[in-house]
Amino acid sequence: MIALLTRDMRLAVRAGGGFGLGLAFFLIVVVLVPFGVGPQSALLSKIAPGILWLGALLACLLSLDRIFALDHEDGSLDLLATAPLPMEGIVSVKALAHWLTTGLPLVLAAPVLGVLLNLPGPGFGWLLLSLALGTPALSVIGTFGAALTVGLKRGGLLLSLLVLPLYVPTLIFGAEVARRGAEGLDVTTPLALLAGITCGTIALLPFASAAVLRVNLR
Amino acid sequence: MMLRVTDMGVARGGVPVLEGVSLALGPGEALILRGPNGIGKTTLLRCIAGLQPPLAGHVEAAPESLVYAGHADGIKSALTVEENLAFWAQVFGTTDISQAIDTFALGPLATRPAGALSAGQKRRLGLARLLVTGRAVWLLDEPTVSLDVEAVAMFAGAVRGHLASGGAALIATHIDLGLSEARILDLAPYRAAPLAADDFDGVFL
Repeated sequence: MIALLTRDMRLAVRAGGGFGLGLAFFLIVVVLVPFGVGPQSALLSKIAPGILWLGALLACLLSLDRIFALDHEDGSLDLLATAPLPMEGIVSVKALAHWLTTGLPLVLAAPVLGVLLNLPGPGFGWLLLSLALGTPALSVIGTFGAALTVGLKRGGLLLSLLVLPLYVPTLIFGAEVARRGAEGLDVTTPLALLAGITCGTIALLPFASAAVLRVNLR
Repeated sequence: MMLRVTDMGVARGGVPVLEGVSLALGPGEALILRGPNGIGKTTLLRCIAGLQPPLAGHVEAAPESLVYAGHADGIKSALTVEENLAFWAQVFGTTDISQAIDTFALGPLATRPAGALSAGQKRRLGLARLLVTGRAVWLLDEPTVSLDVEAVAMFAGAVRGHLASGGAALIATHIDLGLSEARILDLAPYRAAPLAADDFDGVFL
């Protein structure tokens, strides 16, 4: 398991691994939004939590099809399936590796980019917390989508269509935490729901992902 | 008995290709599967490896004793030869990769990225993976593709060494490996009968 995690991390940071892809996309979105909205700092600080969350979500989506597709192409997935690792473990490790290489950098970059969007002072902590809580769910749900589309050539479009509706609850409650935090309101309810979504997906989805992966490998 | 397949039927893409295949492998035995293209050699091996459910019959083998090597080698081109082997060794819970490197003469290539290897060298790396798994029964699908004569001999030597240490191998191949002690199973007689009623109306007539 640890071997698989270190291998995936190593592949991600080596040439052609696509480590910086999500981060670069996030940066581009956040830099371009103020140009599109115009010089209205009050409006910008109002929409900042939503834009940051949306940017992070789309950046996450960008790298999902790589989770299983590359391993499927070169045959590693067949070999891993016959290795003494449980399939549920393989998909969990894959999701964890995806989060460490995509989700975690986004979480860490978000406060810095929040400055560009004139995010109000109290919002930074809540933004960081909501992204740290929410992005693992994005990775786990994305891994499920990637497992569903693993055998398909150019399955990226289908993957996005499948995964986006599943991302909606995470986006709603994550952005709500960040928005309420920025406006100084009480965040307990959306925070609890966001944490619930994340815990639920981490507990249940690896089993579903493993099951569809077994079917897709036939 | 290390591997026993009883009365197995397999399907590829929903169409039955083989039926009634039975085979058994004991320690030190090798069995070579032969048959024309499309007969179902790969499908049979995938069923035995557990990647695909069979239509009928069952496989008996000691738990965690099988290792499968298919058409694709599962090599990561961004990792070096050593890192590729070390990864599979860790996954299978073994540590020694030097023997595998020596057997397939990968020593001079050990620190090269696998993406820089030729097709034959990649294949040798893929086969070296079998040695680091430490598994007893090898299921090999066309192991000699893109290997030259010398490398085929190297591979035959590795199989012999594996058999001598009490292992077994099931190999689907078209060429002569020079393994005189191996038994040969021709799959042509096990070809599944074509579906009787092909058209929907036919069922009711």
